[in-house]
Amino acid sequence: MNILSYIIFFPILGFLAILFMPKARPNAVRWTAAFFSFVPMILSFYLTYDYYINYSSSSAMAFVEGPFNWISAINVHYFLGADGISVPMIFLTGLLSFISIIYASFIFFLLLETGMMGVFSALDFFLFYVFWEVMLVPMYFLIGIWGGPRKEYAAIKFFLYTLFGSIFMLVSILILYFTSEPHTLNMIELIQTAPALTHSLQLFCFVFFFIAFAIKVPVWPFHTWLPDAHVEAPTAVSVILAGVLLKMGTYGMLRVSWPMFPQAVRYFSIPIAILGLVGIIYGALVSMAQTDLKKLVAYSSVSHMGYCLLALGAFSSVTAMTGCMFQMVSHGLITGALFLMVGMLYDRAHTREIAAFGGLGVKIPVFTGLMVLFSMASLGLPGMSGFVSEFMVFIGSFGSFKLITIFAVIGVVLTAGYILRMVQRMFLGEFNLAKWGGLTEINLREILTLVPLAILTIFIGVYPSPLSNMMKATLENIVNLMAR
Amino acid sequence: MLENTYLIPFYPLLAFVAILFFTRWKERLSSYISIGMVLIALVHSLFVLAAMLSRHGLPMEKAIPFITHPSLHLELGMYIDPLTAVMLMIVTIVSSCVQIYSIGYMHGDPRYSRYFSYLSLFTFSMLGLVIANNFFMLFIFWELVGLTSYLLIGFWFEKKSAADAGKKAFITTRIGDLGFIIGILILAAYAGTLNYQQVFEKVASGVLAPGIITLAGIFIFCGAVGKSAQFPLHVWLPDAMEGPTPVSALIHAATMVAAGVYLVARAMSLFVGSAEASTAIAVIGVITSLMAATIALVQNDIKRILAYSTVSQLGYMIMALGLYGADTALGHHSPGFVAGTFHLMTHAFFKALLFLGAGSVIHAVHTNDIQDMGGLSKKMKITATTFFIASLSIAGIFPLSGFWSKDEIVATTAGHPVFMFLALTIAFMTAFYMFRLCFLAFTGKPRVQEKYDHAHESPNTMTWPLMFLAFLSIGAGWVGLPWLSHGFSSFVYHEQIHHSEPSYILMLASTVVALSGIGLAYMIYYKQRFSADALAEKFKPLHTLLYNKYYIDEFYNIVIIQPLLKFTDFLWWFDAHIIDGLVNFVGWLIIKWADIKQWFDQYIVDGAVNGMGYACMAGARLFRYLQNGSLQFYTLIVIGSAVGLIIYRVTSRGFIYYLLGASIMVLIRSIIRTSGMEKASTETNVQD
Repeated sequence: MNILSYIIFFPILGFLAILFMPKARPNAVRWTAAFFSFVPMILSFYLTYDYYINYSSSSAMAFVEGPFNWISAINVHYFLGADGISVPMIFLTGLLSFISIIYASFIFFLLLETGMMGVFSALDFFLFYVFWEVMLVPMYFLIGIWGGPRKEYAAIKFFLYTLFGSIFMLVSILILYFTSEPHTLNMIELIQTAPALTHSLQLFCFVFFFIAFAIKVPVWPFHTWLPDAHVEAPTAVSVILAGVLLKMGTYGMLRVSWPMFPQAVRYFSIPIAILGLVGIIYGALVSMAQTDLKKLVAYSSVSHMGYCLLALGAFSSVTAMTGCMFQMVSHGLITGALFLMVGMLYDRAHTREIAAFGGLGVKIPVFTGLMVLFSMASLGLPGMSGFVSEFMVFIGSFGSFKLITIFAVIGVVLTAGYILRMVQRMFLGEFNLAKWGGLTEINLREILTLVPLAILTIFIGVYPSPLSNMMKATLENIVNLMAR
Repeated sequence: MLENTYLIPFYPLLAFVAILFFTRWKERLSSYISIGMVLIALVHSLFVLAAMLSRHGLPMEKAIPFITHPSLHLELGMYIDPLTAVMLMIVTIVSSCVQIYSIGYMHGDPRYSRYFSYLSLFTFSMLGLVIANNFFMLFIFWELVGLTSYLLIGFWFEKKSAADAGKKAFITTRIGDLGFIIGILILAAYAGTLNYQQVFEKVASGVLAPGIITLAGIFIFCGAVGKSAQFPLHVWLPDAMEGPTPVSALIHAATMVAAGVYLVARAMSLFVGSAEASTAIAVIGVITSLMAATIALVQNDIKRILAYSTVSQLGYMIMALGLYGADTALGHHSPGFVAGTFHLMTHAFFKALLFLGAGSVIHAVHTNDIQDMGGLSKKMKITATTFFIASLSIAGIFPLSGFWSKDEIVATTAGHPVFMFLALTIAFMTAFYMFRLCFLAFTGKPRVQEKYDHAHESPNTMTWPLMFLAFLSIGAGWVGLPWLSHGFSSFVYHEQIHHSEPSYILMLASTVVALSGIGLAYMIYYKQRFSADALAEKFKPLHTLLYNKYYIDEFYNIVIIQPLLKFTDFLWWFDAHIIDGLVNFVGWLIIKWADIKQWFDQYIVDGAVNGMGYACMAGARLFRYLQNGSLQFYTLIVIGSAVGLIIYRVTSRGFIYYLLGASIMVLIRSIIRTSGMEKASTETNVQD
């Protein structure tokens, strides 16, 4: 069963189908869109389950399709597969795509989903690159058409910035292609052969790939497209952006850069960790200065993704790598939920100014309760996924970088600082009845979009070993590959 | 029952879940569920204690894996030894009393059910912290305890001060936790495990370098500094009194703040590996204790006095434990471990009683200011009596529980004259400020008549817990009597039983000190032989300093918080203008570059193309005039050319003259022609 192909191409079928549907019947469109993202979600759940039960003990690719000849003149193949680092990402993509489509039925999401799923399962560089670029287009329109007041600026900035990065990636891919003998774009083969490149060429390719991935993560100082894109993007788009798109950067590093250029990673490991540290501290401090709730959450992403980079710097530790993967999943769940909640509040209050609120806990206790829950998850409270990931990142990277990790731990306090300040200024204190008396409590549909995220956040926090076991063999393999 | 000790935390957790999801709307039922579950936990803890006694303190450990990695094995588990058993008892007893008391105290609160769910969540976290068998699990529950403390301090979150206090508590303790995490990281990296026993084995066997032990010890102690409100992170505890008073009793007096002391006791085998770390602990303890006691002398808010008293007493315990670690590291015997844990227990009971008594008073007079009270003993007999008992106990009066534990701490300082002097000074101050409080609140004439008239004894649900705790405040110390086969010290001890022989001189000294403290308070506030105000006036700078708590909060605000906020604003500016400015500048440059290219395209490249066209057209126009069909013109050119050629032959510049001549002729012809054409075109227009 070609489950990966189904997962990838089912959404785009829905996209095409909806193009032929009458505009006058929005409900039909809505249900169709929901259906065409529901099926891949279920398939991705099944895939995760199947992988966990049957394949997670080995690092070999599972669900392999191909390689089938596609463009034989330049050795391009249709080649898919999933392993311990892609399965959790596919799971996350399936879940968050469905939630986003339920929340706001943009049919561009279906196109986007195809791109995301494709990136996480492509094993051929050509295919990888195509999917990578495919995501850009719907994202550009989603922000550019349905965005806020500065949507054009944000959309173009996002588009050009990412494109700028991908060009570097393309150059590196071409170098890899022409230096391999026989010429190939097969990622699995390149992982075997690429480390034989000369030292300088490795460094060169690594840096080029790193620029592409770092922009996506985003790594400080390439991060400024992110707050703009988030603030202007509609809620559901922010969820996907923070929940999945950012992870492509770190995923790319784990899938491509790290195993292919181990010498370069060793060479750059300290700068990488320092960039992670700067991201953690800088993102947290800038979050603290925000007056716009959505911008605060956006900058917190910069901080949280910094943990991933710090862990990636400690390339020799399986614990650190696991921490990085945990952080990717956990950040996707938690920040996805936070963006949803920001959107829900904005729909009601038509403002996101933190200072405009106060004491909302009196008026909308359930909303407040959920917000506090996800805020606590975001600041790394034990019992929730954020804690497990941060703790593993710290333990893993402490072995390699004592001082950098100690400084990174400061991020824990800063995060508590800006999160609690936000909670206090918005939900605690005196309630302004005249201004917000008409605010309505969160409704059932909204609760239902948040509940799966809450359950997963707590589940991973309390019982992380399934997730950890799922990716263990793969990550051990990557760490071994990097010892070359 | 011992094998199932891990169930104890789950009873209150069950209550939390049940209240949150099912019985939130039924207030009474919610409180009964919560109390029922904590009582079950209490009974179970009793069985555990009995089992521990019957197996003579033989520890028991059980664990399940959390995450297994080749380099690190994280687990969740329980480690039950006498210290755990005693802590379980303390937590469940105090929690039960507080919850029963809360029925009356929180009556009518709109968030009644939620209050009990939080209390249950707290009890769960605290019990989980106590039974943990490794630092990782301890840290998990440590943070959860912090969360519930945050929720409960800010329980009346509409009040800005309460919300502020909750935030302050969480962030301040998290600064301590920062150190705690680093300590855990050091242990994980160098010992390769976080399990207590495995770490302690590596300490004892010398696998860990002394420097590492010191470093890990000091960093882990940072966690205790935060949680147990030790200097310099003590600032959150007095503010935490914004929470409901039973919460102050449970969390900020008896249990959570004792977690830091528990941590030091639990990790004692680590600290005895480093005299430096232990000494640092003792010094921090004594500084905290002295500082808090001096502040408590002059405060007027009943709960703040008790809060500073708590800080002071916790410092006392920390000091004892630190001295034990230092002495043991150097090979001396010391009763410090027993003293610290013993005082932890007795303090939990009498301090909970004091807070609950204070709550009863506040409930009656609706003020926290002791200057507005007075004479309350007539109206609140039970509250007043129990409060006096607790005060006598904390002051260390024979034969109440506080006497025995405090005496052990003083005995611990025997080899350290400076510590001994300070310990006795603190004991004196403690007796003084407690009885200042008692006399001002309960005796004399009512200072605010209206509040006095309003006052009444609290309902039974509130007074029963007071009486029960009073009973414990009197008798809990007797388990440690030297003449009763050293009950406590032969049960809870570190590594080997060490009975300190009762030192009657020390007992006498500490009693004299306590009595003189009480006596001074009696003279000033009961007999009013001296005027308190005059004394305050006489030592005004000192009084102001103490009254303002040494200005530590203000100091932090100016030196840390404000600069930090300024810095974040700067970074935000930096981000928006420098980093993003750079990005936009690059974009702008590209646009400008495109503009230049466009200009170049338009004027140079396109200009060249168009210029060619113009040149061709102009040339064509020129040559057109040559073909005008006029015979005279042709003749003219022929003649002109001939003349030109002749001149060219004669001079070298002939060609130029030839061209000149030809051009002039063309010009003349064209002028004639255009004027003719203009005429023709005008005529056609007219015709139209």
